[in-house]
Amino acid sequence: MSAAPDTTPAPVLPDGDGRRLYWAVADCWTIVRRDLLHLVKQPSIVAWQLGFPIVSVLLFVYVFGSAMDVGTADYEAYALPGMFTMTMAFGFMNTAMAVVIDKDRGVTDRFRSMPMSPSAVVTGRGVSDVLHAALDLVVLVLIALAVGWRSDGGVLATLWAFVLLLLLRSALIWVGVFLGLLVPNQEAAGNLFAVAFPFGMISSVFTPPSMMPDWLGAIAMWNPVSSTADAIRELFGNPVASGGSWIEENAALMAVVWPLVITAVFLPLAVRRFQRLSR
Amino acid sequence: MTTPHGAGSAEYAVLAEGLVKRYGDKHALDGFDLAVRRGTVHGLLGPNGAGKTTAVRILATLVRLDGGRATVAGHDVVREPGRVRRGIGLVGQYAAVDEILTGRQNLEMFGRLFHLGTRRARRRADELLERFGLTDAGDKQLKTYSGGMRRRLDLAAGMILAPDVLFLDEPTTGLDPRSRNEVWEAVRSLVAGGTTVLLTTQYLDEADKLADRITVLDRGVRIADDTPAGLKGSIGGDRVEVVLRDAADIPTAVRVLATVADGAEPHTDPEERRVHAPVTDRVAALTEVARTLQDEGVGVEDIGLRRPTLDEVFLHLTGHRADRDGTEGATGGNERNGRTGEHEKTEKKETAA
Repeated sequence: MSAAPDTTPAPVLPDGDGRRLYWAVADCWTIVRRDLLHLVKQPSIVAWQLGFPIVSVLLFVYVFGSAMDVGTADYEAYALPGMFTMTMAFGFMNTAMAVVIDKDRGVTDRFRSMPMSPSAVVTGRGVSDVLHAALDLVVLVLIALAVGWRSDGGVLATLWAFVLLLLLRSALIWVGVFLGLLVPNQEAAGNLFAVAFPFGMISSVFTPPSMMPDWLGAIAMWNPVSSTADAIRELFGNPVASGGSWIEENAALMAVVWPLVITAVFLPLAVRRFQRLSR
Repeated sequence: MTTPHGAGSAEYAVLAEGLVKRYGDKHALDGFDLAVRRGTVHGLLGPNGAGKTTAVRILATLVRLDGGRATVAGHDVVREPGRVRRGIGLVGQYAAVDEILTGRQNLEMFGRLFHLGTRRARRRADELLERFGLTDAGDKQLKTYSGGMRRRLDLAAGMILAPDVLFLDEPTTGLDPRSRNEVWEAVRSLVAGGTTVLLTTQYLDEADKLADRITVLDRGVRIADDTPAGLKGSIGGDRVEVVLRDAADIPTAVRVLATVADGAEPHTDPEERRVHAPVTDRVAALTEVARTLQDEGVGVEDIGLRRPTLDEVFLHLTGHRADRDGTEGATGGNERNGRTGEHEKTEKKETAA
């Protein structure tokens, strides 16, 4: 260990807006890079996060599938788009966990004490979560294809369906950031599953709401997860099993509106929570 | 504006005046002053909940202050937080590094976030790994590191830009003695390179070894500010201390010590069968006491010259001892423990908020 004086000068931060934007993007990319390195160093993270949907696919298609009658011939054509949607819906747990780990370990404080772009902490998280979600979808679709699922929609319709899935996931980033900053520690973040589970399940993911008791069916229909699930079923040309209510008939619209509403509510909440760190 | 700011900022790396921070009704800081000379290690000591962490977080621009003002590395923490951040490094209570990445990847990431650019960030990572003796471990994931290695990497990450001021918030808490030595070594080498260090610690021997000057903080205000030697001197100089075999001999020992004592009455601690008194002519007094006690047939378990420790200074100033992860000695009863518990709660709230 040498005691040589260190003279590396600090680069001067530009004040112009153009440069500021440049650093906002560059810093965001540095954070995204960090998460990509996590994937390379620990591919098991993806395996664990996909474990639940994959096991669910197998359970619902092969174990419960024969007993499930949703009014269409093949249950997997109904259940698999639901599974894609549920994986996106549960994604906010991953965001919340990543946020709480950084907060717990002091990494967030270190970032905040550095002359980096303040927005990059959050935008970096968001971009890498969307990339992560896209990767999840690729793996899920491969499994779905393997068990016989097909999209009968056109190329554009199919692509739009995946855009809608990622749109839902993007909106839930803000929910995840907000909850991650709200909960005190990692154990509490793990307990968020108690919230995530009904949010994912009381929806049209596995069963049409019209087959549920009236009051529960109404909740399930209005669940944003249902709108995305129904919209992508339509786009994939998979059976939809609509009960004929307004919300079910307008799934294609609501699959865009819900994520925007969620963002409008939770983005400001997350920003406020982030600013509260300096209280 | 006025004297200490502006003119003084050349001399002081950190200058804080009347810092106030409230959490609800509680004043975490209640008019706290601090002046840290450039190129020195400055210790910040205080009981749990005294406001140390809050002070550091304010100076590192992590927490807004409710009153007073502070200049760090030549810039005002409220008006120019961006400029302050370019001149500081923060090493908190937890090793704030990424567990999954390698040591080198961690340093490169922080280098990029300090806007060094890819190539310089990479070069800087190599330099720092070498400087902190981590070159061999550079490509290993952090979860394989020992506590001391992790801390050194944490220090390195706080040194990316060779900051003017480095905040070290309890850098050796929970480390074994060898790792603590590694961290101390690293801190000394940073200071030799011109960095100013503000160190908070629970370990008074650590402050004694590292700090050029110490500020003692209690209930949000500064209650002392001096060199370690000055602080010890403030509660008296050398003294002769005798530990007796039999508590019944205490009166005899008191009489003998009184003959050499420097004005003051000898102090007794019956439970530990200990008697001590301040002296000026140290060796003569010690010889005299030893001989007389032997002549009188008093059984002596231990005898010696002692200097006040920082622990004693701390006890004297704050009314209680420094807590060390709950392993502190047997002194004090329920009252003190209750009070410590209360302090701990505030400290937790402090960190959480």
